[in-house]
Amino acid sequence: MSDAEPVRTITCTVNGGLRTATVPVRTSLADFLRETLGLTGTHLGCEEGQCGACTVLSDGRTVRACLLLAVQADGTVIETIEGANTSGRLADLQEAFHVRGALQCGFCTSGILLTADAMLSEGNALERADIRAGLTGHICRCTGYQAIVDAIADIGAARSAASD
Amino acid sequence: MTDELLPATLGDAEPAICTRRLASGRSRYTADVANPKALHAAFLRSPHAHAHILSMDTEPARAMTGVAAVWTGKELLARVNGYAARTAVHPEMKVPLQHALAVETARFHGEPVAIVVAESRARAEDAAAAISVEWSPQPPLCDPGSAADEPPLHPELDTNIALHLEQASEGAEAILAAADRVIERRFAFNRHTGVPLEARSIVADFEPCEGRLEIVMSHQCPHQMQVEFARLLGLAQHRVRIVTPDVGGAFGVKQQLYGEDVAVCAAAVLLGCPVRFVADRAEAMLTDIQAREHLVTARLALDADGRMLGFSIEDTHAIGPYLQYPRSNLGESRALLSLVGAPYVLDCFFGTADIVFQTKAMAGHYRGVGHPLACTVTEALVDEATRVSGHDRIAFRKAQLVRKLPHRSPTGVLFERLAFAECFEALEKAVDLHVLEAEVAKDRARGRIAGWGVAAFIEQTARGPGFYGHGGQSVSSRDGAVVRLEPSGTIRCLSSVTEQGQGTETGVRQLVARALGVCSDAIEIITGDTAVTPHGGGTWGSRGMAIGGQAAWDAAQSLRCEILRLAACLSQRSPEALDLLQGAIVERETGLTIISLSELAAMAHFQPYRFGADRQPQLSASAEYGPLDQPFRAGTGIQLSRIEIDPVTGAVHPLRHLVVHEAGRVVNPLMVDGQIRGGVAQGLGAALFEHCAYAEDGRAEATSLARYQVPMAVDLPDIELVHAGHPTFTDDGLGIVGVGEAGTVGAGAALLNAVNDALAGTGAAAVFTLPLTPPRILAALGAI
Ligand code: FES
Ligand code: FES
Repeated sequence: MSDAEPVRTITCTVNGGLRTATVPVRTSLADFLRETLGLTGTHLGCEEGQCGACTVLSDGRTVRACLLLAVQADGTVIETIEGANTSGRLADLQEAFHVRGALQCGFCTSGILLTADAMLSEGNALERADIRAGLTGHICRCTGYQAIVDAIADIGAARSAASD
Repeated sequence: MTDELLPATLGDAEPAICTRRLASGRSRYTADVANPKALHAAFLRSPHAHAHILSMDTEPARAMTGVAAVWTGKELLARVNGYAARTAVHPEMKVPLQHALAVETARFHGEPVAIVVAESRARAEDAAAAISVEWSPQPPLCDPGSAADEPPLHPELDTNIALHLEQASEGAEAILAAADRVIERRFAFNRHTGVPLEARSIVADFEPCEGRLEIVMSHQCPHQMQVEFARLLGLAQHRVRIVTPDVGGAFGVKQQLYGEDVAVCAAAVLLGCPVRFVADRAEAMLTDIQAREHLVTARLALDADGRMLGFSIEDTHAIGPYLQYPRSNLGESRALLSLVGAPYVLDCFFGTADIVFQTKAMAGHYRGVGHPLACTVTEALVDEATRVSGHDRIAFRKAQLVRKLPHRSPTGVLFERLAFAECFEALEKAVDLHVLEAEVAKDRARGRIAGWGVAAFIEQTARGPGFYGHGGQSVSSRDGAVVRLEPSGTIRCLSSVTEQGQGTETGVRQLVARALGVCSDAIEIITGDTAVTPHGGGTWGSRGMAIGGQAAWDAAQSLRCEILRLAACLSQRSPEALDLLQGAIVERETGLTIISLSELAAMAHFQPYRFGADRQPQLSASAEYGPLDQPFRAGTGIQLSRIEIDPVTGAVHPLRHLVVHEAGRVVNPLMVDGQIRGGVAQGLGAALFEHCAYAEDGRAEATSLARYQVPMAVDLPDIELVHAGHPTFTDDGLGIVGVGEAGTVGAGAALLNAVNDALAGTGAAAVFTLPLTPPRILAALGAI
């Protein structure tokens, strides 16, 4: 086996800033974000696409950072929970999650917040059952999901009232 | 402040302290804590359920780029002590010696046999894969029913039965033999596990000049680990420090010692540098503790009028190849032997249990321990009795509920507090059961397979030292707190409780705030650091608020007394005439402010002479608390489930789930509700589909979340909660009862009863093998 790790240099926009880095080609996008860029708000619960904890936005769409290689992110625009937090875009959802007790250990939260925001920005009126269905692909082992549904329903109602 | 003045709810539904930070992506889980100098560990694991290691060649791994060290089990033997989970309570228990890494024989699929330390995780994994092992596969042991007849897994022990237990009330056999009717059913409970979303992780750093081991890890019981790592690595206990930062769920999975953790610490000591290990999900599924694999033959004896006389059970509990260290594996069977039948007034009990070794992952104390089993056995048999006799399920239960307290169950357990009467009353107030029954009948008339069921449950919380203390195990049933008045008049509280998302820190802070008459925000709370907080038990057995909260309350009360004495000195009043309210010391009668707490604090720190020539202001107070005699505090409740079965797929859909619960004084209703709902979700998951399956060759099949299903949002209904009125607070102190496991304890039993009600509606026989997977349901319906 050759000793040298094959590497490649990639450039992508992460949370609004242009980042260039040379990474081993086998590095996942999640590891790149966490280890290379120090963005540890993206969590790894399974590394095989089952739990949703690693969800980030790539060119505006929710993706699982554990299922993508860092090299696949070359030339894309990535937003993580840190970026969404700084922008204030999720402030209402974050506050609702806090107040409702929609997170306990918090390990699932970054991913769920990004999915919830995507769910709400599609603009449909959401029933509780829709919200539950929309959370498919996310595992929360602590809350039993009810408080998460409560928080998303609250903000769904608030956002649609504000846009009326 | 005396207890009589305290209300039933001590605090508001304050959101948890850390959740704003966590929702901002600013988490500090163990794997988030950057340590650029850390090397990475990976493990070579047994691909077999049971195999001798004939030889191992680690040279190719050692020669690889970036590899710092490789150790096999044999090589670590000289540096790390082995361990055996003995208990003086059962000196006859067969306890094999276990090592961090298997030495000569691997006894479960995934058992670590070598550790590799390298500059990156990827390099370490590459190197682990380059180790070659000559294995000699041995027969697996994966049928608990035949464990007794198989050749012993540990030849030195002569048997695969670690322990045989018996529990019988006087004359039980005669009463049972004379019963008019005995209903016997055989239960098979599925092995399942906790799946905290953050897998186990650890970073260990060793300072060789000072002999100091500093560990950051994801764990529930840091003080226990301090004691054990010192013991196993031969280090001074006071030079071992465990820090548990944010912990991404635990549920009992992060309660014991794991071989990987010991090996990582040994590597740090031997290399004199930080070493990090973060389990991936496959490793977690292979090696996290699993729980609740039992075969139970249970009988309910009835007299001619259909009155319940008593239960008898034969339990076989399938653990792993070793007893889990340091706690051992008695909890589940002991729960069955003490809690079956417990909600009811009965004449007798007879039970036996065998704890048997298996070549499967280690078994441990998952949320609820044996309580869900005891509840299921009891409540499923009660329902069978009513089906056979045609009694009404609720009336039948109510007729024999324990109402008079204290009550000694024929299992030998003394219950000082139970609230079944209150809970049934609350249930009937919350749900019109006739309407429910009519709805289900209507569904059935439309051809649907519908049913409902209830389960009454007891949760033993906040245990005293009765088991681990008597057993000679270094497991604390106490907790401690230090409460300090800072010069600004704010408060710092150092508590030995630990936080994995339950909100315990928040509750402790609320109690301290209440005791000192300040707002919660005036208090900073620090937990999860053995170098800083008093020694204590941390999280296990639903004890954080009942024990840790009490300790913090007591410490805060001492500080309060001192503050009032200091203010009394200044104001020439008696301390009894003063009170602490909203950050100020006020005159009790008039509400007149004497001095603000911040002024008093600054004065006491910087101008201590102002309080008199012979008085040293004492601005910190500490207290420790733990039950001495009281074995536990019982929470009680009833869960109700309504389900529908899809006749085509066999899927069980929970449509409604309700929990009626009584748990003494509540500190924070938001946290209590969160614990119960989260607990119900896990109980329903275990009943519906969670299963650690093993192939015939003993290899684990549930090695990913694709092959081990946990509930997602669509699988669960909203969970309705009803808090029942409490019985009088006869307990010492604040009378807080734990709630961490209550949801899990009764959820599966209620669901099973609902499913069997639905099956009975179609004329099908009841099911007592879990989980209630679609194929099992279709088979019960005769569809396949
Ligand atoms: S870590 Fe990516 S889906 Fe679980
Ligand atoms: S809050 Fe712990 S996994 Fe969701």
